[in-house]
Amino acid sequence: MTEPEIYAALTEVFQEVFDDDDIALHPDTKADDIPGWDSQAHVNLVVAAEMRFGVRFRTAELESLHDVGDFVKLIGSKLEAVGNG
Amino acid sequence: MDQLAWLPTHPDLGAALSAARRLPDAAAKLNEAIRLAGFRRDFTATGRIDRLAAEGLAAEGRPGGLTPLRLAILASHTVDHLVPAIRVSGLGRRVALAVHVAPYGMYRQALLGEDPALAAFRPQLILLALDARDAPIDLPLDSGEQAVAEAVGARVEELRGLWRRAKARHGAQVVQQTLVAADPPLFGSFEALVPAAPAAVIERLNTAIRAAAREEGVLLLDLAWQAAHFGGAGALADPVRWHQAKQLVSPAAAPLYGDLVARIAGAVAGQARKCLVLDLDNTLWGGVIGDDGLDGIKLGQGNATGEAFLAFQRYAAALGRRGVILAVCSKNNPEVAEEAFAKHPEMALRRGDIACFVANWKDKAGNLRHIAKTLNIGLDSLVFVDDNPAEREIVRRELPEVAVPEVPEDVAFYPEIVATAGYFEAVSFTADDAARGRSYVLNAERAAALEQATDLQGYLRSLAMTMQAKPVGPAELPRVTQLINKTNQFNLTTRRYTEADTERFSTDAGTVMLSFRLRDRFGDNGLISVVIARPDPALAPNELLIDTWLMSCRVLGRQVEEATLGVVAGHAARKGAAALVGEYRPTAKNGMVAEHYARLGFRPMPAPEGAEPGASFWRYELSAVKAPEHFIEVDAA
Repeated sequence: MTEPEIYAALTEVFQEVFDDDDIALHPDTKADDIPGWDSQAHVNLVVAAEMRFGVRFRTAELESLHDVGDFVKLIGSKLEAVGNG
Repeated sequence: MDQLAWLPTHPDLGAALSAARRLPDAAAKLNEAIRLAGFRRDFTATGRIDRLAAEGLAAEGRPGGLTPLRLAILASHTVDHLVPAIRVSGLGRRVALAVHVAPYGMYRQALLGEDPALAAFRPQLILLALDARDAPIDLPLDSGEQAVAEAVGARVEELRGLWRRAKARHGAQVVQQTLVAADPPLFGSFEALVPAAPAAVIERLNTAIRAAAREEGVLLLDLAWQAAHFGGAGALADPVRWHQAKQLVSPAAAPLYGDLVARIAGAVAGQARKCLVLDLDNTLWGGVIGDDGLDGIKLGQGNATGEAFLAFQRYAAALGRRGVILAVCSKNNPEVAEEAFAKHPEMALRRGDIACFVANWKDKAGNLRHIAKTLNIGLDSLVFVDDNPAEREIVRRELPEVAVPEVPEDVAFYPEIVATAGYFEAVSFTADDAARGRSYVLNAERAAALEQATDLQGYLRSLAMTMQAKPVGPAELPRVTQLINKTNQFNLTTRRYTEADTERFSTDAGTVMLSFRLRDRFGDNGLISVVIARPDPALAPNELLIDTWLMSCRVLGRQVEEATLGVVAGHAARKGAAALVGEYRPTAKNGMVAEHYARLGFRPMPAPEGAEPGASFWRYELSAVKAPEHFIEVDAA
């Protein structure tokens, strides 16, 4: 999966979790930029992304997710690990 | 097994949800949400359905035709992420749930102290969602049997105190969640042989909680049992989510958890299903009896396929013994279909177990309507099991009220699918339930007697009916409460009460609360009617308001209403009342009693102050009116 493909799929995840088809993601999109992105929605995003990309984030990794760029990087590295594994 | 495996798969749920957002108004969105809640869905789609329904659900009255119910959750872990799934499953279980979540971890304070928000919410159901990590019983590992028993006893005593408080303070029905052993065992299989080992203590605690709940009239959300059934705690709980957000149940498992809660709420609201309708060919036996003949169908011991069909028959028969009405709906020649029941030696289901048997070549939707009508139950009481996907699809489209589980191709999974779908969730089990199947069969015999009788009067006299009427005491409370919450058609006011409420009525000196049983020459019909007549501030002091009058439709047309009125009038007179005031509150289902009071000689009267709009009121002078006649011998204790 290329980075643009990850962005496209992650955008769909965000749109579904927040039920808003107008959400557009940028690397520096943060919780403050999206109404409703609170701590509960954050867990929902993590779980929805795990299901969508077929990966699991480690407990320690969850603490380093601060913006959309972090999400994409982490998903990319997970998918790569799966691909190489 | 897939979560919500009994629900069909939508071809594109995401697109349907995006389209639904553009529907013109809240009511249309709610109706679409109710439809979409009937498809298999993950927690994200479930959250979207919840948002779609939200505005419509907040409407007054019965939004979307659903029964409103207020549920408060008092939890020792985070549950906010489960609330959308509870509400969405409520749509499928036909309850409009308003959910209040008390602050996390504050369940003791909420019940023992002052919680104005909880009090203002006026919960009808309180779910105590506790987990094993909360207030753990922390004994030295080498503690003996006695020490463990005492610690478990003390914890259950504390819970009993909380339950009683919830009941007394809020008049709510309590639902206690059993504890899921989220931490792995220390000893493996040896665990239970060490009294103080953590998993052994939790198991013991759960056993004690279940026994105490039975004594206290508390319902269970038996999550421990469910966790074991759905592949261990791992399927429900996720340690990462626990550490991240103190979620005992992971969001991924929310749709299942939500359904477990919602089906209890549905059952409390009287919306559990009542009747299992079965197809025949390739559902109750392998093969087509019309083609393969009595000897050619696969059923019974000797081969794996035959045993799988037999196992499903046995499960259906067992459901019949717990009070689920059984019916048959099959495209078949009726004589051929009946022959299997009469002559096949391996049938576990007997013809006498089937309350309504329909085999013909007409469409199944029409036949299901006929079955509901014959049994005097709503279409929304039916569950229809058919191996044929095309028939399932047609019935779902034609009769969305009927539950049609998605069954896998292998009949070996049918019992599990019917069980996990939770259609027949119960809030009580009484001797009447155990006898119900028989009573529907007896009703068929009564119908045959009526056809033979030349006149109605003669028929009624020939039934030799005796009615036993008595004030509701502790022994009748469970069955009376059950009837109050599940009777939809012959129900003048459709007021729902918890056992705490009915207990209050039964001990109130000014209130007349009676239960009625009916016997006839064919047998006992069980407890068939309940009346509550109470003083009301909007009425004169010498008038009693008939707050509740309901009757089982099994005894329609038997003059039970006439006999009941005579008994109620007698009790009311002894309380010093001069008149009874009847109230009729129309619903989508109780049209059959719109003329009930007029028929019994009540006179229309203006609605008293504060009455619900749409309700009609009727007055019955105890002295002036001649009691209606009937053929029932009354034994009034």
